Amino acid sequence: MQNDGQGRLHPQKFVLWVAMGSIVMMFAGLTSAYIVKKSQANWLEFALPTVFWYSTITIIASSVTVHLALKAFKAREMKQYRTLITITAALGILFTVFQLLGFANLELRNIPLFGPKSNSATSFLGVITILHMGHVLGGVIAILYVFFRAYNSKIKNYSSVGIEILCTYWHFVDILWIYLFIFFNWLR
Amino acid sequence: MSNEVVLDSHGSASIAHEVHHGHDAHHEHHETFISKYVFSMDHKMIAKQFLITGMFWAVMGGLMSVLFRLQLGYPDATFPWLEDILGKWAKGGHISAEAYYALVTTHGTVLVFFVLTAGLSGTFANFLIPLQVGARDMASPFMNMLSFWFFFIAGLVMLSSIFVETGPFSGGWTAYPPLSALGSASPGSKTGMDLWIVSMALFVVSSLLGGLNYIATVLNMRTKGMSMTRLPLTIWALFFTAVLGVLSFPVLFSGFILLIFDRNFGTSFYLSDIFVNGVGALPNEGGSAILYQHLFWFLGHPEVYIILLPAMGMVSEILSTNARKPIFGYMAMIGSMFAIAILAFLVWAHHMFVTGLNPFLGSIFVLLTLLIAVPSAIKVFNWLTTLWRGNIRFTPAMMFAIGFVSLFISGGLTGIWLGNSALDIHLHDTYFVIAHFHIVMGVASMFGMFAGIYHWFPKMYGRYLNNTLGYVHFWITITGAYLIFWPMHYEGLAGMPRRYYDYSIWESFKQFSDLNRFISTVAMIVFATQLLFLANFFYSIFKGRKLMVKNPWDSTTLEWTTPIKPGHGNWPGEIPEVYRWAYDYGKDGRDFISQTTPVGADESVH
Repeated sequence: MQNDGQGRLHPQKFVLWVAMGSIVMMFAGLTSAYIVKKSQANWLEFALPTVFWYSTITIIASSVTVHLALKAFKAREMKQYRTLITITAALGILFTVFQLLGFANLELRNIPLFGPKSNSATSFLGVITILHMGHVLGGVIAILYVFFRAYNSKIKNYSSVGIEILCTYWHFVDILWIYLFIFFNWLR
Repeated sequence: MSNEVVLDSHGSASIAHEVHHGHDAHHEHHETFISKYVFSMDHKMIAKQFLITGMFWAVMGGLMSVLFRLQLGYPDATFPWLEDILGKWAKGGHISAEAYYALVTTHGTVLVFFVLTAGLSGTFANFLIPLQVGARDMASPFMNMLSFWFFFIAGLVMLSSIFVETGPFSGGWTAYPPLSALGSASPGSKTGMDLWIVSMALFVVSSLLGGLNYIATVLNMRTKGMSMTRLPLTIWALFFTAVLGVLSFPVLFSGFILLIFDRNFGTSFYLSDIFVNGVGALPNEGGSAILYQHLFWFLGHPEVYIILLPAMGMVSEILSTNARKPIFGYMAMIGSMFAIAILAFLVWAHHMFVTGLNPFLGSIFVLLTLLIAVPSAIKVFNWLTTLWRGNIRFTPAMMFAIGFVSLFISGGLTGIWLGNSALDIHLHDTYFVIAHFHIVMGVASMFGMFAGIYHWFPKMYGRYLNNTLGYVHFWITITGAYLIFWPMHYEGLAGMPRRYYDYSIWESFKQFSDLNRFISTVAMIVFATQLLFLANFFYSIFKGRKLMVKNPWDSTTLEWTTPIKPGHGNWPGEIPEVYRWAYDYGKDGRDFISQTTPVGADESVH
């Protein structure tokens, strides 16, 4: 972590850390509600779609690529950086596609996520997963932003603060999904 | 200097600027009307935007309370002019039951969130944090601007709900399901509720954007020498407020998301076994309305302290300045605020004692709730000892600060009653609760806000508010507040429930008709007095007595070392360095010593 010379974190990086705390509280609220609800009557037990394993592998892979992208940026290897950051964004989109395939799988097995016939157990899975997907897509948008900035030859930019913030956030949504995946699979 | 980085960098190179921080941070070249007054990124302007928008909502919310007090005080009278302004909601000059519930609901929502959250901490966190910690602006001025505009749009959406055909939401400010989850439950549960939830979602975003900035600014952007224990208590209070908001609003948000799915996508998080008259039995199975209450009050209780803490901080600062004495027990004040911030997260179920909560669990929440009395009592003790043998200057700000202490004691004591689950069986949902939270949270925080406005108005606008009007405002408001809410304790102990439309048809509550009329009359007088304050405020912005000195209250803190009308960047040259804590009043025979004065050789260091 780069400091500003006074031993303090860059303010915008710090804002990100607090924001991540805030996001954690939202998911903690939802997973607590899940636990409370589970202990009550009328709770459906069902197996998670297998495709969630693929999405988990995808998002872990994207964490590796974003880390390498940061290293490449710091080494000023811009070509490699652009390739890696593009792969990361693509993996992010692939992740959400896998998640949607998982939803489709549940619908096929006649376990509706939403609607009057749904059970809260599946609705919780749906709401929490969709919210997480929203956060991943937010990361993809942030990547597109730094990506196009990297192609802009008019502004020479040597500061790595933006990409570092992006990298931290990306690891965060990755870890968040791993937590949710473990929660849905084993902690329930 | 991280301060320079933020003002200069618009997402571009920030390292280069650390080298030449000698250059003037006055970035006022070509400012247009739009960039200065509308989409401003100057924290001082954003604070004023929050304040004036908050004032608009205070008038709206207050006016709503006057309208429903009209119904409660004069249930049999007709007021033809009401039909002129409310139309079908007051047919024949009599407020309809539906309109009454909508007024009560909107009054609560607007005052809790728009006035006492955004209007209070939005204003003073924005205004005071950079000025008192010695920063050029917030950590992210852009996010700060977004925070205001999300709040503004949230307000527009809420305002629009007043004009829809089925009326605004009318199921109470807490928006419990099923009234909030089923459109068929009541007219207000239709479009009105959709708008309510959109507005609140925008509001949560606004609060989070603001809160992130406040925390980052306090922790990262203090000037040289400004250690955490040299911060004025206002900053500590605003910091804890922001922490509470950042940790509790997301949980409310998750509750709202589940509510949206129940409303619009047929899920059953909160709904089970419901039969709606005219619709029939609903298919929803297995949901729990209590789940919403848990998620709501997990925010809802910290929200009380989000409202109260900024007032506490400003009152501490104003009491110390105007008593010309150091604040008594500075570290104890921080410690007790910290204790309050922790306990705020551990007491939410005391709002739910009579929902069928396990009595054993209830007893734990009783204990934790009553524990809050300890830090609260420490704070009261410290305020009183700060006043003790002080050389008091009774400015209007000081009057309101002392009024705050009085109200906090009165309202806090009834909190000890309500924190007991056994007493709650009798007192829940009665006027006793109304009296308690209006005094301790509503009026007390309004007093904190007034104190803050009177005290920092000269810094905001370079002019003074009119003192005489200030005193009139104070005395009528404090007398009126007690006259309105004191009798409500009595009504509540007699079992009078809150939220009823007409008490005159109840044999048990008929006896209170004169008392209710008295309360309504006082409420109208107090409301009119607030208009007097607004007149004073807006008149003084343009015509008030001009400030001739930088430091009108002989205060020690940094905001008074800036020019009378500070530009964007606050200090024209270098940011001053800090050498001492914020409360060196009456030290070594000197009236006050500014934080920027180096500690002398013969002086004891704090």
